[in-house]
Amino acid sequence: MEGEAGDFKVTLKTRPRYIIEDRCTGCTTCVEYCPVQYPDPFNQEISDNKAVHVYFSQAIPLVAYIDPETCLYLKEDKCDICRGVCQADAIDFRQTPKKRDVNVGAVILSVGIEPFDPKTKDEYGYGRMENVVTSMDYERLLSSTGPFEGEVLRLSDKKHPKKIAWIQCVGSRRLTEGENSYCSGVCCTYTQKQVILTKGHDADVDCTIFHNDIRSFGKDFERYFRRAEELPGTRFIRSYVSIDREIPETKNVVIKYATTDAGVKEEEFDLVVLSVGLNPPENFKELSDKFGIELNDHGFSRAIHTNPIATNQPGIFVSGAFQGPTDIPESVFTASGAGAQCGEMLDYRRGKLAVERVYPEERDVSDEEPRIGVFVCHCGANISSVVNVPSAVEYALSLPNVVYAQEQLFSCATNSAQQITDLAQEKGLNRIVIAACSPRTLEPLFRDTLREAGLNQYYCDMANIREHCSWVHSKQKEDATRKAKDIIRMSVARTRHLEPLQEFDLPVNPTALVVGGGIAGMTTALSIAEQGHEVELIEKENELGGMARRLYTTIEGMDVQALLKETIRKVYANPLIHVSHNATITDVSGFLGNFTATVATEGRIKKIEYGASVLAIGAEEYQPSEYLYGENDKVFTHLEVGEEIAAGNETITGADSLVMIQCVGCRNEDHDYCSRVCCSHAVKNALKLKANKPEMDIYILFRDMRTYGLREDYYRDASEMGVKFIRFEMDDQPQVEAVKAGGKEILRVTVPDLVLGKRLELDADIVSLAAAVVQPSTMAETAGMFKVALSPDDFFKEAHVKLKPVEFAADGVYLCGTAHYPKHIQETINQAYGAAGRVLTLLSQDTVTASGSICEVHEDDCVSCGACITACSYDAIEFRQTEKGRKAWVNPVLCKGDGLCNAKCPTNAIVLRHFTDAELLSQIDAA
Amino acid sequence: MCSGRVDLEFILRAFMNGQDGVFIGGCKLDECNYITQGNYDALSTVYIARKIMEHLGLNPKRLRVEFISSSDGNLLAELTDDFCNQIKEIGPLGKAEGFDAQALQLKLEAVNKLVPYIKLVERERLRQPVKSKAAYDAFFTSSELDELFNELIADKMSLSQIMLLLKESPLTTAEISKMLGLSPSDVAKHMGNSSRQGLVSYDESNNSYALV
Repeated sequence: MEGEAGDFKVTLKTRPRYIIEDRCTGCTTCVEYCPVQYPDPFNQEISDNKAVHVYFSQAIPLVAYIDPETCLYLKEDKCDICRGVCQADAIDFRQTPKKRDVNVGAVILSVGIEPFDPKTKDEYGYGRMENVVTSMDYERLLSSTGPFEGEVLRLSDKKHPKKIAWIQCVGSRRLTEGENSYCSGVCCTYTQKQVILTKGHDADVDCTIFHNDIRSFGKDFERYFRRAEELPGTRFIRSYVSIDREIPETKNVVIKYATTDAGVKEEEFDLVVLSVGLNPPENFKELSDKFGIELNDHGFSRAIHTNPIATNQPGIFVSGAFQGPTDIPESVFTASGAGAQCGEMLDYRRGKLAVERVYPEERDVSDEEPRIGVFVCHCGANISSVVNVPSAVEYALSLPNVVYAQEQLFSCATNSAQQITDLAQEKGLNRIVIAACSPRTLEPLFRDTLREAGLNQYYCDMANIREHCSWVHSKQKEDATRKAKDIIRMSVARTRHLEPLQEFDLPVNPTALVVGGGIAGMTTALSIAEQGHEVELIEKENELGGMARRLYTTIEGMDVQALLKETIRKVYANPLIHVSHNATITDVSGFLGNFTATVATEGRIKKIEYGASVLAIGAEEYQPSEYLYGENDKVFTHLEVGEEIAAGNETITGADSLVMIQCVGCRNEDHDYCSRVCCSHAVKNALKLKANKPEMDIYILFRDMRTYGLREDYYRDASEMGVKFIRFEMDDQPQVEAVKAGGKEILRVTVPDLVLGKRLELDADIVSLAAAVVQPSTMAETAGMFKVALSPDDFFKEAHVKLKPVEFAADGVYLCGTAHYPKHIQETINQAYGAAGRVLTLLSQDTVTASGSICEVHEDDCVSCGACITACSYDAIEFRQTEKGRKAWVNPVLCKGDGLCNAKCPTNAIVLRHFTDAELLSQIDAA
Repeated sequence: MCSGRVDLEFILRAFMNGQDGVFIGGCKLDECNYITQGNYDALSTVYIARKIMEHLGLNPKRLRVEFISSSDGNLLAELTDDFCNQIKEIGPLGKAEGFDAQALQLKLEAVNKLVPYIKLVERERLRQPVKSKAAYDAFFTSSELDELFNELIADKMSLSQIMLLLKESPLTTAEISKMLGLSPSDVAKHMGNSSRQGLVSYDESNNSYALV
């Protein structure tokens, strides 16, 4: 890579696939004929694959590649069977690595992570003992596309294991050579997932998890942990373990572990899963050299604390786990965030390379008799290994109005789509049924195919013969074929009644509304404004800053106040950002791209028109009723202690002993979640206090230390500096009482010592409580006004917890910061940029397209009873005066197409298009 | 479309077509991805449909609603298997309940004609305002609901069946009572009301009623 931000020249080298991508149809005939087998890299080398194969069934592009290390032709010039059998003439052994230069303005490094390789440590037995597998191996074993097609089998004897152990923290939280000192952050929860899935496969399997702290710090993770823990036949054992030996006859694995009550024990397991951690990408040094970016000691990008997406090189950004171990939601929002930061640099070029898609003119076929084409997909072997596809095709041809039917290897492949388009024109088809998979993923693609054929896209229906048929009936082939025919018949029946529907474009107001002037709100507002959009920033207090006003440093040492000052300065200096102080929103109306908010601010009422909003209303600190808080002036919260340290309060900084109690007000019935930040907060305060007065006795009483990710190093530092960590359990919590000892008033904290089995008495000058992070008082009201949902813990509920972490289900409304879930400042900044990225994908367009599948009123049938109006949650229906009197009317922009009104209307006057009574009843009749 | 889009008519149509069971799948309660929570509407439709089935003498277990998340494919498969087995145990529609096909068809058709009316009544009287599984269960299994159902729907169902019978040919009170398994006094009451409303006429020569 050469050049500088805004004008990089990047040379890309593409290794040969030995397959001409444009020609390969993904038919896998070559795979069938290839004589060479080698361990399949996608299935963790547990099962074999051919030297030529498709990497995995959802690979993009879905075409084959040839492994040059094993291919006989490429190795020894011996065999070229594949070239002979390939009908598409797609095999090309002469391909060589290709170099090409691209000119780009910015670079995003989304290079991900590598799973830790336990082979490097002999003690894990991996590679030595057949029934020791990694969690990645196990993930493949659980998968229906895995080595044993979803059956969990032992590698030694291909038998179902009945007793499985998971060992946590393999490669993580260890100082031993070759392992990582940090916490990988994801393993606790993925293990719980594997346990739940295992139990789903076979409820009788005995599952044992040997763990250190359980780090369920993510959203909804605490509940998930309990769900796993409460499954019958599941044991969570807190113990270090060693893999002792393999029993030669059975190949079972013996594990040694220690418990506080029973001492060292030995136990035999059928299968042992190593919950391996996350390593930085193997070539991290090379990456660092090539792009000139600095890395931290662990090999991840050296985060700029005020903006972890940025690097020391302008124009080079980092998203995903290269920032350090992260889970899916963080990866997703850092990806959007990196997009936003590129947008800030390159906004002036936005849309310059876009080419508008031109579709052929739509043919009006509404007067024609339905001429249905049915395409039955093999989905490789996903469908055809169970369903008799030719027989289904033949059957389809016998159905009324079906004028054409054929099978396809992958209906979703580019060439298949072209074939559908061509055949629609050639055979005069005016409706298409795709008998393949769930419409969830591919319906948009097939609708597009119809448009390419000059047909209205709503003339398409998908008969799901994969998820609803072949995948669930793999052992009942004949019945499955009959069922596939039933499904196709029903789909054809519906398709005969389908109507052409029009989608329409809505104009988008380019202004954004950001609610909340904390770090999250300000960061997102700045990023949106930097990309050329006006931002209305609403702050309920009379100054900006939010919770960050009470924070002074992060655990990594970032000066929060400096960041805050600088951010506030930038907000006020930006001419596109308009701040309303002391502001409350009293009303929100409108819809995607065209909202109006009424805001009361400093004695006046403002109406703000905007296209999208970001809700960044933050969170609050729980006010403890526990541990003498509010009664005794020596009891503080961690947040208060942080403030007092910053203020130099000597009562605290000069104390002889200080006890911290974790999980106050959360991980309990009232707040059934982990507040995520408090463990690091405790460690941060402890380090500060120790640095100031090394002889201070500091105790941290915890349930699980959750210093996840790279924060683990600070936990270790604290421990090394003599901070004492004492674990307690939920059902036997510490007690605090004010007593007089040695002539001074102290706080006596009693806590059971789980290791020694007795009660410890700690005399403290100061007690500091890890008060939970709780929803802000304005949460319910804000959610109601913006018509967005709350999750069980009363934080905002995002559209999808993993894949859409900054969007609401309601269109045009986004979220970030601690109102989503407690998080650290860096995480908040990441998410704030993520929200800005998503907002820009909407606001940078002049229009948005609304679905055609919405409700409509047949006025002649409407008796204006209002049943539809009460049924609608979106206020999309209202009465309008017409020539025929008062009739219901649907605002097509607000209608979401749920069709509740349709089911409630006594006269069938309101109709959900694309799911009309006629369409659905014909489907029922054909069942 | 949402599971709340499932119309009472769809359920009845399936049974009229001779299906032995109807299974409705919805998203998990209280986990609506939107703000509608329309799966509660599916739940109430199922409760009402089951009441109707019970009243008709059909086994209400032939209709089931389950709330399953899209990631719970295994659960869907399990519940489907369970439902299929249950239906096999119950046996073929009508036969297992001791109806002949024609009588069953008449009953279902009679209810189907009432769907618009049932929708109106549902909105006015049979709606549970609190969207929680417990509240729905309590409401739809309460004795108040039974009374409401009898008062609002049961009589109408009888009447609707009588009208369908009379469409074929005039009948005496006794014949109607026998064909529909209703008490003669109930039939007499319905016929009295209907003739006052001018829907049916009484032919003294053969003691029979006919549609006007």
